Amino acid sequence: MTSPILSVSNLERRYGDFIGCTDISFDVWPGEVVAIVGESGSGKTTLLNCISGRLDRSSGSIRYNMRDGRFPDLADLSEAERRFLMRTDWGFVHQNPADGLRMRVSAGANVGERLMAIGDRHYGEIRNTATEWLGRVEIAGDRIDDKPVAFSGGMRQRLQIARNLVTRPRLIFMDEPTGGLDVSVQARVLDLLRGLVSDLGLAVVIVTHDLAVARLLSQRMIVMKTGRIVETGLTDRVLDDPHHPYTQLLVASILES
Amino acid sequence: MSVSSNETGNALLSVRQVAKSFTMHLRDGVILPVVNDVNFELFAGECVVLGGPSGVGKSSILRMVYGNYAIDGGEILIRRNPTSEPRDLGAGDPRLVLDLRRDCIGYVSQFLRAVPRVSALDIVAEPLVSRGVDRTVAAEKAADLLRRLHLPEALFDLPPATFSGGEKQRVNIARGFITDHPILLLDEPTASLDAANREVVISMIREKLDAGTAILGIFHDQPVRDAVATRTIDVSAFSARRAA
Amino acid sequence: MTLPEYNFAYLDEQTKRMIRRAILKGIAIPGYQVPFASREMPMPYGWGTGGVQVTAAILGPDDVLKVIDQGADDTTNAVSIRAFFAKTANVATTTKTADATVIQTRHRIPEAPLSAGQVIVYQVPIPEPLRFLEPRETETRVMHGLEEYGLIHVKLYEDIAQHGHIATTYAYPVKVEDRYVMDPSPIPKFDNPKMNGSPALQLFGAGREKRIYALPPFTNVVSLDFEDHPFEVQKFKQPCALCNATGVYLDEVVTDDRGGRMYVCSDTDHCETRREEGHHGPGLPISGAQTVKEDAA
Repeated sequence: MTSPILSVSNLERRYGDFIGCTDISFDVWPGEVVAIVGESGSGKTTLLNCISGRLDRSSGSIRYNMRDGRFPDLADLSEAERRFLMRTDWGFVHQNPADGLRMRVSAGANVGERLMAIGDRHYGEIRNTATEWLGRVEIAGDRIDDKPVAFSGGMRQRLQIARNLVTRPRLIFMDEPTGGLDVSVQARVLDLLRGLVSDLGLAVVIVTHDLAVARLLSQRMIVMKTGRIVETGLTDRVLDDPHHPYTQLLVASILES
Repeated sequence: MSVSSNETGNALLSVRQVAKSFTMHLRDGVILPVVNDVNFELFAGECVVLGGPSGVGKSSILRMVYGNYAIDGGEILIRRNPTSEPRDLGAGDPRLVLDLRRDCIGYVSQFLRAVPRVSALDIVAEPLVSRGVDRTVAAEKAADLLRRLHLPEALFDLPPATFSGGEKQRVNIARGFITDHPILLLDEPTASLDAANREVVISMIREKLDAGTAILGIFHDQPVRDAVATRTIDVSAFSARRAA
Repeated sequence: MTLPEYNFAYLDEQTKRMIRRAILKGIAIPGYQVPFASREMPMPYGWGTGGVQVTAAILGPDDVLKVIDQGADDTTNAVSIRAFFAKTANVATTTKTADATVIQTRHRIPEAPLSAGQVIVYQVPIPEPLRFLEPRETETRVMHGLEEYGLIHVKLYEDIAQHGHIATTYAYPVKVEDRYVMDPSPIPKFDNPKMNGSPALQLFGAGREKRIYALPPFTNVVSLDFEDHPFEVQKFKQPCALCNATGVYLDEVVTDDRGGRMYVCSDTDHCETRREEGHHGPGLPISGAQTVKEDAA
C-alpha cells in the first residue's frame, strides 16, 4: 500500500492548562510496528488514547485509512462508525487484561463476542473459530469453557490478544501489553505477539517504557518527554545511536544482563 | 550527480563525504568525532576489507551503511543492481532503510541478538520468510546452511540464548548468508570460529562473490582476509580523531 | 364501596398523564425503554409496582380488569391488585380472558389468544436485556442506540457452551421489528411466540427501574437464536391432568409427600373453561382441584 493506515498531525491534548501531549505528528504504515516510549507522565498513554478514539483531543487531526478506501478524520466519523471500527478493524490490548476481557463469561465467548457483534449467528462456527484462536495464543482447547478469572496473568493476556485478533483487524493499539507480567511470562507473550504481528501483517502502535520490548517488536520508535516527541526513527538506530539527551539517558539507564 | 563506474557498471554502494560524530549529552555535550569525509565505492563481485587499527571507526562505517548509525553529513547511495537508480540510505528515512535492508543489504554483526523462545532454525530462516518465501522452503535452506557450518542438528530447534559464542556466531552467519542480497556487510564473521568453520565461511564468501554479491567486511583474521579480500581500504585515512 | 379520598385508580391525574405520555412514546418506538417518573405505590417493589402504574394510567370506568400471577387469577398478588383497582377505580373485574379489556400479568400470557381492543400489561422486574453482561447503563443505552447487539448472543452462547442447548427458559430476549432487543419480562419462552403479531396492545412497566416499553398490535417479535441452535419452546410429554389440554404451559404440582406429582395448566382460567366445556384429564381428583391450584401458585 502506498499510503499510511493512520496519520496523526499536530495533535494536542490539554487537561486545562496542563499539556497531556502536544505537537504530535506521525504516520503509521500498514504492517509496521511503531513503539511509543517514554517514562511515566511523558504523555504516551494520553497519545495512545487519543489516536485510538478513547479520549477526545483538544486540536489536530487523526486520519484513518478505511477498508473502503476513505481516509477520514476520526472526528468526522459517526459514533456508530467509530465503534464499529473499534470492534472490527482495530484492536486494543490493555495492560491489565481485566480491562479488556469479560471476566464473567467463558474464554470461548470472550473470543467469539466480536464475531457475534459483526453478525455471526452459527454457534458451531463461532466455537470452531474461537478454538482455533485459543490454539494460536497457546491456550489449550479444553479451557474454552473456563472463565478468565480461573486463568493466570499470562493466559489472560494471551486471551485478550486472541479476543482482539479474531476479526482480523488491521491496526492494534497496545498499552504496556507485558507490563503486568512476570519476566518469564513476558517473553512468551512477546514472542507470541511478534509472531502474530508478522504473520497477520498487523500495523501496531505499542506504548511501552521497556526499551527491550520496543527493540523486540517495533521497527520504528517515537520517544516522548513531557508531552512532546523528542526523537523518532528506526528502532535500532534510536537505541544504538540516540541523539536527544533524554533518549541517551533512557538508553544509558538500561541494565545490562 | 556524477556516478563512478568500472567494468561491471555502477557501484552498488557509493559512500560520499560521510561524516560521523557522537554528541554525549550525558557528558556535558562532549563531541566525539569518529570519521570525516569517508569516500569509497563497492562494486558487484568484490570483497572490500576495511582495514586499520582498532577504534578507528571500521564497525561504525558498517553500521552507517546498514542504517544503524545516523550520519552527520554526506550520502550513502545504494543500488539493487548496477543499472538501477541509486537510493540514499544516509538520508535516514526509516522506511527506506527497512526496504533496503529487506531487499539490498545483508548484515552479519559481531554478536547475535537472540530473541527469547525463537529457535536457531527460525532465526536463520526469518530473512527469507519476511521476503515472502514459503516457510518450509526457508527452513530447509536454513537447515542446509547450519549443517554446512557444522552446527549440531540437536540445536536447530533450540533458542540460541544458551549456545556457545561460536555456535551463536554460526547461526548469525547463516542468517546473513541465507538471502541473495546484492550487498553483504560482514563484521568479523570468523572471530570466534575454529579452523574448519573458518574454511567453510571462506568458501561461502567466495561463492557469494562468484554470484556477484558486493561484500564489505572487517576481518581481523589475517588468513581469512588474505583469502577473500579483493581490495583493502585503510579507514585511518578517514579517521576524525587525528584532527580532534 | 369506594374510598373518596383517593383519585380514580389511585394515581393523581398529572401522574397518569405523565405515564400516558411515556406509554405513547413506547408505542411509537416499539421495544424502546422509555424512562418515566415511577411513583411510590402502596406495595413493595417486586410486587408489580410498574404494571400497576401502567394499569392505573390506562384504566377507564368501563374497563373490565383481569389480573394474573403465573397464570393464576387467585394468587395473593393477583387478588390484591384486582381488589386494589376494584376499590380505587370501581371497575368491573373478571377471571375470564375473553371478557377482560385490560389484563395485568406477572410471568405469563393467557393461553386463549388475545383479540383486538384488549390491552395486556406486563410487570417487569429488570427491563434491560443486556444488564447481566454490561452493568453500565450509559453503555447499554449507547448499545441500543447504535443497535450493537452482539453481547446478547454472548449470553446465548454461554448457555449452549454450558448446557448443550439454549437453557434460558424465561425472560428470553426478543428482537422487536428488527430493531430493539427487548426483555419480554420473566414469562416462559413458551409464551414468546404469542407476542409476535398479537392483535392486542402489549405494555410493559418496570416500577423500580422506572422504565415503560410497548408492543403495538401486530408487531413483529422474533426470539433470538443461533442458526444451528434455533429457538424452541418447551414441550410437555403429557396433557394437563385436569382438563387434558395439550400445547399449553403446564405447572408441576406435588400432590403428596411420597413423590406424587401431576402436571396442570398454569393458566387457571383456561383450565376451568375447558373443564366447564366437558374436558377431563387423566388425573382429575374428585374434589381436590381447588387445593391443587393454590399449591400451584
